[in-house]
Amino acid sequence: MKRFWGFVKKEFFHIFRDVRTLLIIFGMPIAQILVFGFVITNEIRDAKIAVYDKSKDNVTNEIVQKLLSSGYFLLTKNISNEKEIGESLKSGSAKVVIVFEDNFAKNLEKEKIANIQILADASDPNSANMVVSYATAIIQTYVQNENINIKSPMQIKPVVRMLYNENLKGAYMFIPGTIALILMLISAMMTSVSIAREKEMGTMEVLLVSPLKPIHIILGKVTPYVLLSFINAVVIIILGNWVFDVPVKGNIVLLLAESLLYISMALSLGILISTVSKSQQIAMFISMFALMLPSILLSGFIYPIENMPNVLQWFSLFMPPRYFISILKDIMLKGVGFMFVWKETAILLGMTLVFIILSVKKFKQRLE
Amino acid sequence: MRTILYILQKEFIQIFRDKTMLPIIFIMPIIQLVILVNCATLEMKNINIFVVDKDLSSTSRLMISKFDASPFFHVKGGVFDLAKGEKEIIKGNADIIVHIPKGFEKKLLKENHSKIQILINAINGMTAGITNVYANSIIRQFNGDIVMEMQNITTLKAVKRININYSFWYNPQMKYKIYMLPGILVILVTVVGMFLTALNIVREKEMGTIEQINVTPIKKYQFMIGKLLPFWIIALFELAFGLLIGKIFFSLPIVGNIALLFAVGAVYLLVALGIGLFLSTISDSQQQVMFISFFFLLIFILTSGIFTPIETMPAWAQKLTVINPIRYFMQIIRMILLKGSEFRHFQKEFFTLCIYAVVILSIATFRYKKVS
Repeated sequence: MKRFWGFVKKEFFHIFRDVRTLLIIFGMPIAQILVFGFVITNEIRDAKIAVYDKSKDNVTNEIVQKLLSSGYFLLTKNISNEKEIGESLKSGSAKVVIVFEDNFAKNLEKEKIANIQILADASDPNSANMVVSYATAIIQTYVQNENINIKSPMQIKPVVRMLYNENLKGAYMFIPGTIALILMLISAMMTSVSIAREKEMGTMEVLLVSPLKPIHIILGKVTPYVLLSFINAVVIIILGNWVFDVPVKGNIVLLLAESLLYISMALSLGILISTVSKSQQIAMFISMFALMLPSILLSGFIYPIENMPNVLQWFSLFMPPRYFISILKDIMLKGVGFMFVWKETAILLGMTLVFIILSVKKFKQRLE
Repeated sequence: MRTILYILQKEFIQIFRDKTMLPIIFIMPIIQLVILVNCATLEMKNINIFVVDKDLSSTSRLMISKFDASPFFHVKGGVFDLAKGEKEIIKGNADIIVHIPKGFEKKLLKENHSKIQILINAINGMTAGITNVYANSIIRQFNGDIVMEMQNITTLKAVKRININYSFWYNPQMKYKIYMLPGILVILVTVVGMFLTALNIVREKEMGTIEQINVTPIKKYQFMIGKLLPFWIIALFELAFGLLIGKIFFSLPIVGNIALLFAVGAVYLLVALGIGLFLSTISDSQQQVMFISFFFLLIFILTSGIFTPIETMPAWAQKLTVINPIRYFMQIIRMILLKGSEFRHFQKEFFTLCIYAVVILSIATFRYKKVS
């Protein structure tokens, strides 16, 4: 036992000696959360528009003013011919071009109907959709106000309530997602690379002929990372709570226990990766491609799983972060207890065992 | 020149000697590309609705059928009590509850307005927002239909209307995939190029073999070129390969000039690999360089405009993205492929990349001198 602790101490020194890596381990989650919280938004703000106003009367002016005063749009150009439409969309100086027909005000007054054309750059369909629907809503509101003195026909008023996230905060998505991602990164990637390093340098052989048992070597290797990951998880939860008001409605002890389970899962996965890689480069690329991108994209972190093709939905069933993110959301945001998350917990536990069994098998083979 | 060729030969032998490296460099990214493009979709479909219809009138039934007929919604069931509906949301069976109160139709006919309640699971703010837009537009449409039917025509005549017609250029079918594919390709090419370059030099350091190169008469610039070129060629090849896969599997439109795209890509990759070189000069171990590059990559990727347009960022953040090389190539590749933009449309971004390449490569070369 004393030998074991000596070995753990050595591993700690290894990690703490490298100040740069340590800074990054603790800096990464903080930087990521700040980027997600303050930089990445789904709101439309200052979307660039160009206006091609063929009639230039008081009504078209008023509509343009309404669009600009909403704060969603920024007028970058007044266009005076058809050719410029393509130019401004191609150079990206406008996301949409709004075209008013000739005699706009006259038509609205006399014929009671006037035409507007909205041309959108739909190469980014999502933001095109949003910009167009915002513009439409503003124009429709303008018309409704014009008709205000006419007796209104039947109106259905939808009253919308957003559950669990009144203000549609992005933080409710990215805090759980970031926890899952960072833990995966530190636990699986660091472990796999640090064990692969011993192999590459040939020091693994030295360790194996030492009186330490293989199981102790592996445990000693992962212990520091368990601690680092756990501290990071707590830091992210606290940051989320202080800076973005992400609550922890459920039981905090349960939350931390689930985090520990997930960390052990990630570590056993890291060990498994290290047993199949000969060099640090390979361990890193496998971690990178097999863990990182899938845990960002196949886990429901950014894109909802329900929208994916069926093959991928089935594929995402094998993604550990998926279950962990779902557990985190349930406990933190919905405040439900163990009764609602036991299934996910069981799955994570099962995965951990499978990874451990596979690693042990692989490891033994290597020794022979 | 001959010296450089020898170094190139050495590097290529080293890269391809390792049997596991080849699939990692070529096969993995492509699998990633195919899978990720399919994941990264914001096209909402199958939004599950639970209906709480307490009115049970012909109007309420008609409205529910409108929801069911829409391609976005799927009416999964009905309950008669709001609390039960909320439970379905907690369980994850429902994304949205439409609650039609008792007397809805009566009130609509007598008082000319009537309320319905909509509850949306908003943990994912983005999708909740989109769900809300869809639900509201269905209700508005339905509202318009019944007004048309029930109102006498004379009052309608006085109502002014603005008719808006839309055209969505460059992507009329609103396919999200063809927008994401070039973006993900940029990231894959960057990751492969930057990491390989950074790891390669640090590995020589860690193994001590860099000393052997340092005592040979190879000049610094020859060494740098010899280290850069192989990965530059590999990354460009990867770009071509990815575009081909995009063309075959996703019918990616290539509207603009493909030679122009490769010219820009060549300059961009010099920047990406230059950053890799620079990072390798400031680190001593592979683990370290990996984490440092990972840190910068993650932030660069998130702020490159791949998921959300740069224009939506706060002003200070937009200014900060000036130093993000991924951003420029991300913009240009999408412009050329999807919109057929020409050189004059993005010359500013292109020249920025050129300046960037010169600066970062000079710094890296300068740093390397100090290290040896």
